Amino acid sequence: MSIYYVNKFLYQVDRDPELLAAYKAEPAALLDRWERDYGQWLNRVERTTWLEFTERERAAIVEHDYVTLFELGAHFFLTLTIFIAIYDEDYAARTGPLSFQREYAQKLSHWMGKDYPTVAL
Amino acid sequence: MATLSAVLATTHHPFYLKATTAPPEERMPQADEWKRKVEAYRETLTAAEPDILVMVGADHFHQFFSDNYPTFLIGKQPKYDATFYNEEREFGLPTFLLDGHEELSGFMLKGLIDRGFDFSVSHELKIDHSIICPIITTRPQADLPIVPIYTNIFAPPLPSPKRFWDLGRAIREIIDEFPSDKRIAAVGSGHLSLELGGPRQFGETGPDPEFDRQAIEWLRTGDIDAILANVTHESMAGSGNATHGFMDLILMMGIAGAEPAAYVDNLDLFHTMEAYVTWYPNGDPR
Repeated sequence: MSIYYVNKFLYQVDRDPELLAAYKAEPAALLDRWERDYGQWLNRVERTTWLEFTERERAAIVEHDYVTLFELGAHFFLTLTIFIAIYDEDYAARTGPLSFQREYAQKLSHWMGKDYPTVAL
Repeated sequence: MATLSAVLATTHHPFYLKATTAPPEERMPQADEWKRKVEAYRETLTAAEPDILVMVGADHFHQFFSDNYPTFLIGKQPKYDATFYNEEREFGLPTFLLDGHEELSGFMLKGLIDRGFDFSVSHELKIDHSIICPIITTRPQADLPIVPIYTNIFAPPLPSPKRFWDLGRAIREIIDEFPSDKRIAAVGSGHLSLELGGPRQFGETGPDPEFDRQAIEWLRTGDIDAILANVTHESMAGSGNATHGFMDLILMMGIAGAEPAAYVDNLDLFHTMEAYVTWYPNGDPR
């Protein structure tokens, strides 16, 4: 299980305007770059060597598939904020305030009344 | 000894500033009522004439992450920057540079360790919207030194509701013992029922209006026994996946004690219930 690595990706990209713009425009290329330049680095000197994504996680990140990320147990706040950053402005201009957030909820409606996947690592 | 002049427990809706400063034609329908209620609540702090603010909040994965997430943390710095880039982006929050109160931070840290709370301490803490939003609503001039305390309501495993109550009681003892003639107010923020990134987010009300009604009543009456008998991590998850922020409101009631609040108000917004609660442990100055 590598959901920690997914959360690390969401956490770092959401906090960096340049990475975020690249994730919006070219997600597959940004994911490759993030793994090379960010994912295994603890700081500018030290690195880990063993962290990696599963194929399902990799596909969900590349496809902006927040439903699968929710179901895998990615942290709800990290997932929400990064996809608001990517989609909210365009949705609001087209279909009004909060329309992206409400579509997001609707796409997860099959979880209503059930226990959610844990976000505990 | 210092005087604990007020304890405030509130929610921290990050859209307050944007909603109430937007041009009239862009304002949400509740904006004027929201502003009136916040300004009335602000008066409960102003009347207490505080010199120092002990601020309780929680980092929303802004500075801390799962590689090293502190359970409880206190800042001990002469200055604190606020607002993170993605909060400016998403909520339109401005930046701040707040003064810190290093002496009270150090006294608080030692007192907490002595009482069995193994706190982390930061000398490079940046403040996120859990503390800046209450500054904006209750002390917008941002002119008082702060002692920031962060709790983990966000990245499991979380401490128990009882632990938050006990921490509040310990903070109260330490404020009462602080050798100073200053007037200290404690201002903390958390949540009622709340869903983020799940199927119940951004509905017409908060995800569990019955919990919200009950929670406000518990705070109003100071009924910690009912809270500890009814509120668990599982019950909070059932009320919305981000409801665990209610534990910071329990902590604030812990600072005040199991006493009726002097001021209680609330506002039903489009997807959450706002709550505004004030206690005066050393007498109502109004």
